[in-house]
Amino acid sequence: MTTDQPHSSLAALLASGAPVTGHRPWPRCLVDRPAWQLASAQLAAGHWTLLGLWGEPDLVHLALLAEAEGTIGVLSLACPDQRYPSIGQTHPPALRLERALRDLSGLVPEGLPDRRPWLDHGSWPVSQPLAAAPGPPAPAAAPYPFLPVEGEGLHQIPVGPVHAGIIEPGHFRFTAHGETVVRLEERLGYVHKGIERLLAGADLAGAAKLAGRVSGDSVVAYGLAFAQAAEAALSLTVPPRAQRLRGLMAELERLANHFGDIGAICNDASFALMHAHCGMLRERVLRLAETCFGHRLMRDCVVPGGVAADLKGTGVQALRALLAEIEARFGPLIELYDNTASLLDRTVGTGILKPALARLYGAGGYVGRASGRGFDARKLPGYPPYDGLSFDVPVLDAGDVNARVWIRIREVQASLGLIEQLLAELPVGPIAAPLPAALAAGEGMALVEGFRGDVLVWLRLGADGRVLRCHLRDPSWFQWPLLEAVIEGNIVADFPLCNKSFNCSYSGHDL
Amino acid sequence: MRKHLLESLITPPVTEPAPAPDEAALAELARTVDGAARRRLGRSLAIRQVDAGSCNGCELEIHALSNPFYDLERFGLRFVASPRHADVLLVTGPVTWNMKAALERTYAATPEPKWVVAVGDCARDGGCFAGSYAIAGGVAAVLPVHLHICGCPPSPTQLLRALLALLTHPAHKLAQ
Ligand code: SF4
Repeated sequence: MTTDQPHSSLAALLASGAPVTGHRPWPRCLVDRPAWQLASAQLAAGHWTLLGLWGEPDLVHLALLAEAEGTIGVLSLACPDQRYPSIGQTHPPALRLERALRDLSGLVPEGLPDRRPWLDHGSWPVSQPLAAAPGPPAPAAAPYPFLPVEGEGLHQIPVGPVHAGIIEPGHFRFTAHGETVVRLEERLGYVHKGIERLLAGADLAGAAKLAGRVSGDSVVAYGLAFAQAAEAALSLTVPPRAQRLRGLMAELERLANHFGDIGAICNDASFALMHAHCGMLRERVLRLAETCFGHRLMRDCVVPGGVAADLKGTGVQALRALLAEIEARFGPLIELYDNTASLLDRTVGTGILKPALARLYGAGGYVGRASGRGFDARKLPGYPPYDGLSFDVPVLDAGDVNARVWIRIREVQASLGLIEQLLAELPVGPIAAPLPAALAAGEGMALVEGFRGDVLVWLRLGADGRVLRCHLRDPSWFQWPLLEAVIEGNIVADFPLCNKSFNCSYSGHDL
Repeated sequence: MRKHLLESLITPPVTEPAPAPDEAALAELARTVDGAARRRLGRSLAIRQVDAGSCNGCELEIHALSNPFYDLERFGLRFVASPRHADVLLVTGPVTWNMKAALERTYAATPEPKWVVAVGDCARDGGCFAGSYAIAGGVAAVLPVHLHICGCPPSPTQLLRALLALLTHPAHKLAQ
């Protein structure tokens, strides 16, 4: 970056704004419209990555990542007239975030062509629930206008919100030509629970519980992200033992989910044997989590300040035994996957996500990494205990279902290595730092790598230590739209396979 | 592949013995199910799962019921793809306003006799989401519920014990 281009670096743009004191660990700055628009242009040009977009009654926030320079920061724009220049009009990854923000806070994205609501289906007893003064309910829901698809011989297949399997609800509108999908349009928001409104005013303990229930498969990831944001806001240092235990929990969660996913993807290609074997491995991990930390999904185990439960006495031994068992069982399963031609026939070349799209959307997790984007929040920005551990982040370029399976396989292996390292050096000591007696106002932010990708939490605490505003952004926000892109040109029957290989969270997205 | 199949032939199954039916579930069923419907319970049942707003944690444990350790199908309980094939609706989550209509339509599409089982603390009364503008309430706020299974999420063993209560003829239980 040359210095004669003003604000060509994110650090410089942040420095040009008015810094907000008490925002940790990365800067947040109040900026004017030109600076906001410059950020918008940098995003559209692909120089920076959108990490999040959320609002308050007269303020809109934009979290950004400039990967090349290693900078993360938040731009805040005052919008006293409830309007701000749309980022989504030139940078599509912001589109649904802006539609959601309009539904929740009433802030209008100027220039956004898509005026349809997103989370508000017209059935809530209020409208704009996060606005200073929520409005009367939205007028009775008219049929949701899906985007038109025109052409000869096209037919539509509506699916959902209630699906055939044991999965979360959402609506998929397929337009097909014969067997081939011409377009898929998603409609989400069915499991919107109003979590951000419930969080406002909650005490720390209650808020941590809510944050841990945003997406049930990422209990540890959300617990950790919320805890880290709170610790940043309160300038709290987590004791070393707690950091390592958090790492153990996070990797156990990753293992359990990856085993579940690998099996479920194969099952959607009608290969039940893998499903059964992976299901057993998943069950072993969950039982071990219960043995070690007292709950199969490690519900409420991560708390602000540390962890709620210490590793039980026999935990280390049990963990070592599990590592050995997985090593013995997983190898033959990988071989089985790789040697079953009928299975590979379904996964190779199916649902290809082009690397350029993955980069543009800042797709996290296996979705990004199977399409050339190697971002991993455990590396950048990095956080304890990972900064002291060695592990590889696998990256592939093929972008198909097969690549997303392989990234999971490699991540399982990396997690096993991480658990081994964590066990090798488990310091003794307290498992939580006491919360300060007098809680203070402050703002904190965290980016944590869940099994699905990076979870962002932004938090503002009031002087009484209660939550004033908390925003949680699931990695699915930037993966759901890509699923629409990858299914194009595939046959309808391959949708379950593509969908499973993405395994986006409905609840995490709908919030 | 052959190796895996051969191995399965010579190793004993991991499937565990059935736990005892849950007493509290039996008592609740004895209260909520009566008459002709009671005679139909105790047979093989088809279950349709509906997520009415859950965090997906309950779904994960319901899924686990089908793994080789629990192997739900050996009891004659199986998950079906359509409410039209179902005897039991297994509903999770606080019911969101955005899912209320879909849940009601699913119930309407299920033939009589039918039973509703509410799974998870959220399904009981909204759990920690109760009071939100986006939540209609627990499942009972929308549908008649015959059985509640608590937990966040309930473990597969808890789920299994409660579901086995559905198979334990309530009339038999009452006669004791
Ligand atoms: S009961 Fe717990 S696991 Fe089940 S949906 Fe509610 S929060 Fe999630």
